[in-house]
Amino acid sequence: MNLPADRNAGPTLDTFLEGVWRDNPVFVMLMGMCPVLAVTNSVINALAMGLATVFVLVCSNALVSLLRNAIPRQVRIATYIVIIATFVTIVDYVIQAISLDLYNALGAFIQLIVVNCIILGRAEAYASKHRVWDSVVSASGMGLGFSIALLCLGTVRELLGSGSLLGFPVFGEGFQPWVIMLLPPGGFFVLGAWLLLFGWLRERKTGRPTETETETAHGI
Amino acid sequence: MNGQAQAPAPPEVSSLRMIATLGGVALLSGVLVVLAFQFTAPYIAANKRAVIETALSHVIPGAVTRRIYTLSGAELVPGEAATGMTLYGGYDRAGRLVGIAAEAAAPGYQDVIQILYGYGPGCRCITGMHVLQSKETPGLGDRIAKDPAFRANFEALDARLNQEGTALANPIVTVKHGRKRNPWEIDAISGATVSSRAIGRMLNDSAGHLLPRLLPLLQRIERLEPERGDEAP
Repeated sequence: MNLPADRNAGPTLDTFLEGVWRDNPVFVMLMGMCPVLAVTNSVINALAMGLATVFVLVCSNALVSLLRNAIPRQVRIATYIVIIATFVTIVDYVIQAISLDLYNALGAFIQLIVVNCIILGRAEAYASKHRVWDSVVSASGMGLGFSIALLCLGTVRELLGSGSLLGFPVFGEGFQPWVIMLLPPGGFFVLGAWLLLFGWLRERKTGRPTETETETAHGI
Repeated sequence: MNGQAQAPAPPEVSSLRMIATLGGVALLSGVLVVLAFQFTAPYIAANKRAVIETALSHVIPGAVTRRIYTLSGAELVPGEAATGMTLYGGYDRAGRLVGIAAEAAAPGYQDVIQILYGYGPGCRCITGMHVLQSKETPGLGDRIAKDPAFRANFEALDARLNQEGTALANPIVTVKHGRKRNPWEIDAISGATVSSRAIGRMLNDSAGHLLPRLLPLLQRIERLEPERGDEAP
């Protein structure tokens, strides 16, 4: 997470794109692995979790940034958690209002967005040091990167595990679904495959990274 | 520490300011959460009603009208009450009671499974089961909601009471796949035994508790009372 040298320069396209590609929270930083592995057994679940995370990420980062000068350093983490939990509770109600089936499918992972380290990490590392607009742009990029990663996994797992995409059959009745793709091991297999592909693409684009460049923060 | 520059100490902040900050943020949080709750509550309630309506059409075959009752102690009263067990009566076109539905729950493999099941007083059997909430393993445990062979167990699952009317004559049990011999047994799904057993356990507990209290009161609601507004299931 490289911080721009001039914090008053305003957001750039790079501020937005760093979360999508260079610092993608899933494929580069390996953050938020619980929902990545748990709810990506279908595209719709992945999409709903991605949108929920984007909402919480953008709103909480905006509020943290807005209050950054008023929050004493000693109580900042407690304050961030209250702010994040507020938006998670709101999104929890909203999903229940939209569809109970979707709410049941996402299970406890909606409430667990509170402890998603991407959100607290961005609040501490970026929003607490930057203006509201910069924080919103950066959080949107991070959220989009996270959602894209969830959709990448959800698409492959639903195609192979159920033979469908967004619930519509793709391979016809002769296809025998690979049930393991819907189970936790399938999540690891598909994540591994995407990490290989993502790493290969990055390597092709930027050349083989040096040892120091490959050091990244890891968390769940 | 080993040549590293020490981070500057955070400025002194009074305890009052810290408490005020946390209190202010908590107050803002409370207002936002309550607003969200108030705004979404009608939609969530409507979604829950829709789920129950769909489930009722599955568990009480032949019902075209439904009534809500509450079993409280030895009383069966119309409408929903704060305490007591909520029951749904299903009536045919002639206004005759064709079935009663109730909710049941038990821990499954992942979390608590909630179902709605129907009881037919004519056949003295369970006439249908619909999963309301389940977080069972996709592809395995969640087949309790969709597997046609498993659902066929509940088309006429024996739930007669003993001669004294105090308990089920035969406990409802889940047996291993392919070993069902009696009408009160449930044929488990191969690979989803824990979830299948949870369904059997909750039906046995719920029906064993409910039916001895309910059956003596059924004659009071055998006919649909025409003065109340009808609701199609």
